[in-house]
Amino acid sequence: MKPLHSWNRLPRITPDTVQALSAPSLPDQATLPFCIYGNGRSYGDVCLSDQGTLLHTRTLDRFIHFDRHQGILRCQSGVTLEEILQLIVPHGWFLPSTPGTRYATVGGCLANDVHGKNHHEAGSFGHHVTAFELIKSDGEALVCSPDDNHEYFYATIGGLGLTGLISWVEIQLMSIQNSWMWVEAQRFGNLDEFWYLNEKAEQNWPYTVAWIDCLARNNARGRGILLTGQHAASQPQLPRYRELPLTVPVTPPFSLINNLSLRSFNNVYYRQPLKAQGSLCHYSPYFYPLDAIQNWNRIYGHKGFYQYQCVLPPAVAPEATSELLKAIAASGQGSFLAVLKTFGQKPSRGLLSFPRPGATLALDFPNRGERTLKLFETLDAIVMAAEGALYPAKDARMPAELFRAGYPDWEKFCNFVDPAFSSHFWRRMTA
Amino acid sequence: MNTLNRVVIFGATSSIAEQTARQLVQQGASVYCIGRNPERLATVIADLKTRAGNSQIIDGISADLTRTDKHESLIATANDSLGGLDAALIAHGSLPEQQKCEQDITLTLQEFDTNALSVISLLTLLANRFEKQQRGVIATISSVAGDRGRQSNYIYGAAKGMVSLFMQGLRNRLHKHNVSVVTIKPGFVDTPMTKGFDKSGFLWAQPDKVARGIIRSMQKGKGEVYLPGFWQLIMLIIRSIPESIFKRLSL
Ligand SMILES: Cc1cc2nc3c(=O)[nH]c(=O)nc-3n(C[C@H](O)[C@H](O)[C@H](O)COP(=O)(O)OP(=O)(O)OC[C@H]3O[C@@H](n4cnc5c(N)ncnc54)[C@H](O)[C@@H]3O)c2cc1C
Ligand SMILES: NC(=O)c1ccc[n+]([C@@H]2O[C@H](COP(=O)([O-])OP(=O)(O)OC[C@H]3O[C@@H](n4cnc5c(N)ncnc54)[C@H](OP(=O)(O)O)[C@@H]3O)[C@@H](O)[C@H]2O)c1
Repeated sequence: MKPLHSWNRLPRITPDTVQALSAPSLPDQATLPFCIYGNGRSYGDVCLSDQGTLLHTRTLDRFIHFDRHQGILRCQSGVTLEEILQLIVPHGWFLPSTPGTRYATVGGCLANDVHGKNHHEAGSFGHHVTAFELIKSDGEALVCSPDDNHEYFYATIGGLGLTGLISWVEIQLMSIQNSWMWVEAQRFGNLDEFWYLNEKAEQNWPYTVAWIDCLARNNARGRGILLTGQHAASQPQLPRYRELPLTVPVTPPFSLINNLSLRSFNNVYYRQPLKAQGSLCHYSPYFYPLDAIQNWNRIYGHKGFYQYQCVLPPAVAPEATSELLKAIAASGQGSFLAVLKTFGQKPSRGLLSFPRPGATLALDFPNRGERTLKLFETLDAIVMAAEGALYPAKDARMPAELFRAGYPDWEKFCNFVDPAFSSHFWRRMTA
Repeated sequence: MNTLNRVVIFGATSSIAEQTARQLVQQGASVYCIGRNPERLATVIADLKTRAGNSQIIDGISADLTRTDKHESLIATANDSLGGLDAALIAHGSLPEQQKCEQDITLTLQEFDTNALSVISLLTLLANRFEKQQRGVIATISSVAGDRGRQSNYIYGAAKGMVSLFMQGLRNRLHKHNVSVVTIKPGFVDTPMTKGFDKSGFLWAQPDKVARGIIRSMQKGKGEVYLPGFWQLIMLIIRSIPESIFKRLSL
């Protein structure tokens, strides 16, 4: 058996057996525990296990029903967001919440209760789920909604695939006029400017997110570009859009991201000319810029990389964000991908959901072994002191104490964990 | 180019057939699906209906295709449902456990029923119908395994070989009647049929890619098609090994 990994290519873990589900049910004779692997777009071990049977769900890729008038879609859990968009966009519908990759499955989005750039308005993925079916190892199949089996409904949203197999999901879609976005970009010279601009932007724009130059120091700490967007209004004429597929064909033996390449890249990116009055942008490059380069995760080389994503409560967010960026710049580690966004007030539905009011900072780090892990310890201390939390979907190393502090409902959640389900992540958190 | 607007699929719950059906529907075709497992068939049909436009007909019925006495009425039902037939795809099949079959004649004959005789029954009826309408495409998924008998897989190989040979004759007979007879010979495809195989390595293809090849071959009215194409070369080499040497190999 070959070791499996998720998107950041670490950890690499070999399960006892791997099975692709050909029908929406759990196999009878299988070594336990089960662990579910959607499309492996998490950065870490929530979808991995070194024990039992790993179940692939990409084969559960059928649509069940699409109400074109009401915008209600029901499909099997292994359908990807890309497949959904191909079906719904021509009919004037869009995903009400989407992560930055369209290769995630619906089941994976539900189990991580993923969020998008519109969290401040729309909440997270779970807010738009009207119902789903949960198949438990005792053979029970529960249709869960806010009205039926609601305890399992709230445990399974953000439940990290531990409450059972999600066989299908029903979501309420959002209507759009066309497949284009109207976007604006604004430069900001430091974090203070970000908080000011971001607050204004959130009042006027459904989508906001900022790119941060994580290597800028001192007065320029936290400089970056704020990207705001909204679905384009109906237009008399629309541009044509063609996607150019690019791919990283091989994994280089070492990371192509190093301090030098990053510093010059960030400088150029920060200084790029921005269109003052905004422009039209097709939804694909707007929501899924990284998907345009197949296997971009290979640029970090064989050792893989980490993503560090935290959420910080509103009162301390400015100060704690600044401290995190200071520690990162001082370490000289970091990457092009550094994203800052504020979450809205809408309470998440899941017992273990990550989104909560405050600011969320996400960064990629090439894996430099001890050096990188040491930096994370420093960052952990800042997050812990701020009473923040890390995102399990983006974690391969957080200490169990930090998880438990950030997810005070975890013990309540344990009541809903199916005894035949586990994951490498879950064993790390509960060992 | 053959038109593929109204297509009947036998063994529609097969992974390769389902991907083919999706792509046909994407291109605007109406599709009639015949499959054995009724639950699975219902999910396949619901999926295709969701993908189809309002004017496309998507329907189907469940049937065990070894029941050859039902074949005529199945074809007639499909024809009526779609308002005529442009093409048929025969996809059902099973991969026998070779060693069990070696010890069990009943099992061996059953595998011939599934992989060869039921197919030949369908081919005969479809051929006569398409000969009469003087057009159409009949495609069957055979296999590279039908190109040469090997100790590890000769029950399956012989059944597929029978189908390939039968199709050669049929192609010859129907050529003058404007009917395309297309033999699809896939290599290793990642589907439930090959569950448990180690699927790493470049020889394995995904069913959606094979499906694309099937549709292209049906449109172009090709004769024998290896999918992916490199299997043509591999099988050329395998067929050219003299029997005196081949019998000593452990293949
Ligand atoms: C480029 C990129 C950008 C991203 N941007 C964002 C972002 O903006 N916001 C965000 O929130 N996330 C983001 N992510 C993370 C990604 O959206 C999530 O990790 C998502 O859950 C991945 O889905 P998947 O189908 O690949 O699931 P996997 O990673 O395979 O699994 C995720 C979890 O879901 C469980 N699971 C999957 N299917 C089922 C099922 N059928 N039943 C029960 N449990 C199941 C698994 O057990 C696991 O715990 C991004 C990832 C990438 C690669
Ligand atoms: N996968 C490969 O590597 C490969 C290689 C070469 C050729 N092929 C051929 O490709 C075709 C499709 O196979 P696949 O790979 O897509 O595998 P698959 O998904 O396992 O499909 C096989 C299908 O055949 C159906 N079937 C079996 N016996 C039947 C019967 N008596 N009546 C009706 N349906 C019956 C099965 O129906 P149920 O759902 O009811 O079981 C199943 O849907 C087969 O002819 C196979 O021999 C496959």
